[in-house]
Amino acid sequence: MKIAVCIKRVPDTETRIRIAADGVSADEAGVKFILNPYDEFAVEEALQRKEKAGAGEVVVIALGPDAAQETMRTALAMGADRGVLLRADAIPADVLAVAKALAAELKDGGYDLVLFGKIAADDCAQAVGPMTAELLGLPCVTAVSKLELDGGKGVAHREIEGGVEVVEFALPAVLTADKGLNTPRYPALKGIMAAKKKPVEVKPVTFAAPRLRVAALEMPPARKEGRIVGEGPDAVPELVRLLREEAKVL
Amino acid sequence: MASRFDGVDFYDVASLLSEDERAVQATVRQWVDEKLLPVINRHYVEGTFPKELIPEMAQLGFLGANLPEQYGCAGLGNVAYGLIMQELERGDSGIRSFASVQGGLVMYPIFAFGSEEQKRRWLPKLASGELIGCFGLTEPDFGSNPGGMITTARETGGGWVLNGAKMWITNGSMAGVAIIWAKTGAVDDARSIRGFIVPTDTPGFTAKDQKGKLSLRASDTSELVLQDVTVGKDALLPASQGLKSPLMCLTQARYGIAWGVVGAAMACYDEALRYGKQRVMFGRPIAGFQLQQQRLADMLTEITKAQLLVLQLGRMKDAGTMTPEQVSLAKRNNVDMACECAREARRLLGANGILVEYAAMRHLVNLESVYTYEGTHDMHTLILGEAVTGLSAFE
Ligand SMILES: Cc1cc2nc3c(=O)[nH]c(=O)nc-3n(C[C@H](O)[C@H](O)[C@H](O)COP(=O)(O)OP(=O)(O)OC[C@H]3O[C@@H](n4cnc5c(N)ncnc54)[C@H](O)[C@@H]3O)c2cc1C
Repeated sequence: MKIAVCIKRVPDTETRIRIAADGVSADEAGVKFILNPYDEFAVEEALQRKEKAGAGEVVVIALGPDAAQETMRTALAMGADRGVLLRADAIPADVLAVAKALAAELKDGGYDLVLFGKIAADDCAQAVGPMTAELLGLPCVTAVSKLELDGGKGVAHREIEGGVEVVEFALPAVLTADKGLNTPRYPALKGIMAAKKKPVEVKPVTFAAPRLRVAALEMPPARKEGRIVGEGPDAVPELVRLLREEAKVL
Repeated sequence: MASRFDGVDFYDVASLLSEDERAVQATVRQWVDEKLLPVINRHYVEGTFPKELIPEMAQLGFLGANLPEQYGCAGLGNVAYGLIMQELERGDSGIRSFASVQGGLVMYPIFAFGSEEQKRRWLPKLASGELIGCFGLTEPDFGSNPGGMITTARETGGGWVLNGAKMWITNGSMAGVAIIWAKTGAVDDARSIRGFIVPTDTPGFTAKDQKGKLSLRASDTSELVLQDVTVGKDALLPASQGLKSPLMCLTQARYGIAWGVVGAAMACYDEALRYGKQRVMFGRPIAGFQLQQQRLADMLTEITKAQLLVLQLGRMKDAGTMTPEQVSLAKRNNVDMACECAREARRLLGANGILVEYAAMRHLVNLESVYTYEGTHDMHTLILGEAVTGLSAFE
């Protein structure tokens, strides 16, 4: 089984983000970067599938700056076999450009399965997986929380509002991973040492002129201080009034 | 839900680490947050070692991590090894002690003084956690002066017979194998000290849990008694020779301690900072008062110095130039510094600081053991004193 996992280097979800001087990007100074959390589920799933099959290859593909190699080593330390870095100074805001570059790399790779995380923690686009599938002409199932593969077919569970959707599809296919799919393993120390020797191919990519750009980046407004309207049952009428008239939630 | 630890790194020490050193740190840090911290308080209060964590610690490569891959170890450099100790002790000194003993005091002597056959026989099982080890040097009447020990090993036709008692032995009751140091010659001849690999199920070998500990409660500390314990010739570590051999082991373990306690200090600082920003008294966060800021500034300064100290120590260890006296300086400084941080953090937390829900007091009392074991603070003062003056104050 040959599986590709597309992974992204993103700022640590617990880092406090500051807006850079240009007003349209995040200031990277002092920011820790990690493997996108949803991509961890995708990497883990690929490794488990390969282990189950007893043979195959797991290739991790990232589009990003040179620094994305450190992120890629995390996936290699978990057990992926090799990496491909599609090197770009910056990741375009136009996600279709990213999907096109990934599709070009994946097209002739002979992959049985292409996995993504369901969402990138930084831009929250949720688009690169489905767009890549479309460009490759492959079936796509998003937000997979349970997966069964049998021969050339697969069944995926998706958690949807108020229920579960069960989807059948033919391989090869593109899937995006949701939490619940598995428990990602820790990169073991031996794995970390082994990752140093695994091959990472670096291929520069260029993009067509962007069709969209980030115009502004703003921090969420500071939360207003809370208010105590009273204590005990006596406070209830006032609370209800405020919820109705001020917060307009009732 | 365990909250995540983001580290204390005021001088961007992370930028002095290699990519794989950072990756090792990240793995251990995450493991401590997710697996150790959720269970440590219960074990601490109940006075039990979290044995259930051993298989995963082993599988991830935390045991004997700086020993070669051919014996089932991770083959890491010494800085990465130090970072493991730092992150483990951020969780609890007892867990770091377990790993220090297994790696630095059991696997290391087999690696350094054992035959190739002994290495192949014992190291993979110790690395995989299938077998736990302990290190018996200290005796009831010989602590700071281990050279005075009275445990003996007498050669017989087929092997050796050991007699004596060992005190304060970490992992003692749960160990399947003990490294026992004993005199093979006259009882006043410290040069006759040799090391033995003794399976703990050998008749005559007993271990008894040390009761009543108020420190390192999540650690197994035991007394060992050896009464006519008969082992084969292959129990002797052939290259062990005199008191110098166990002291070489202690250098390994002390190196890990010098790193480890920085983790405990980081945990205390982090807790104090978070608490200080959120606890309001006299209408503002207590972290806004100068006295508490001094506490925090002092802790941060000492932690930062200690981080740089151990990093350079590790680079020297990798280069093969590190001396035991340099390790003494780092053990002495860093343990003392961590004790101070824990105490100040505990005080900053006010009454909450005495609760087990907060880590400061657990670290504070744990560190009192660390202050004493592996050469007391005083003994390292004397070792440094001798190193700079050429005059020994204790021999
Ligand atoms: C929790 C714990 C775990 C341990 N684990 C192990 C283990 O796994 N294996 C093992 O072999 N040992 C272990 N030890 C033993 C430890 O190494 C000894 O406790 C230590 O060496 C000190 O010995 P002592 O307790 O007998 O103190 P003593 O040597 O009696 O010292 C008492 C006091 O006198 C001071 N002192 C001693 N000599 C001098 C001097 N010449 N000048 C000035 N002051 C002096 C000391 O600094 C100390 O303050 C452990 C101890 C503890 C507490």
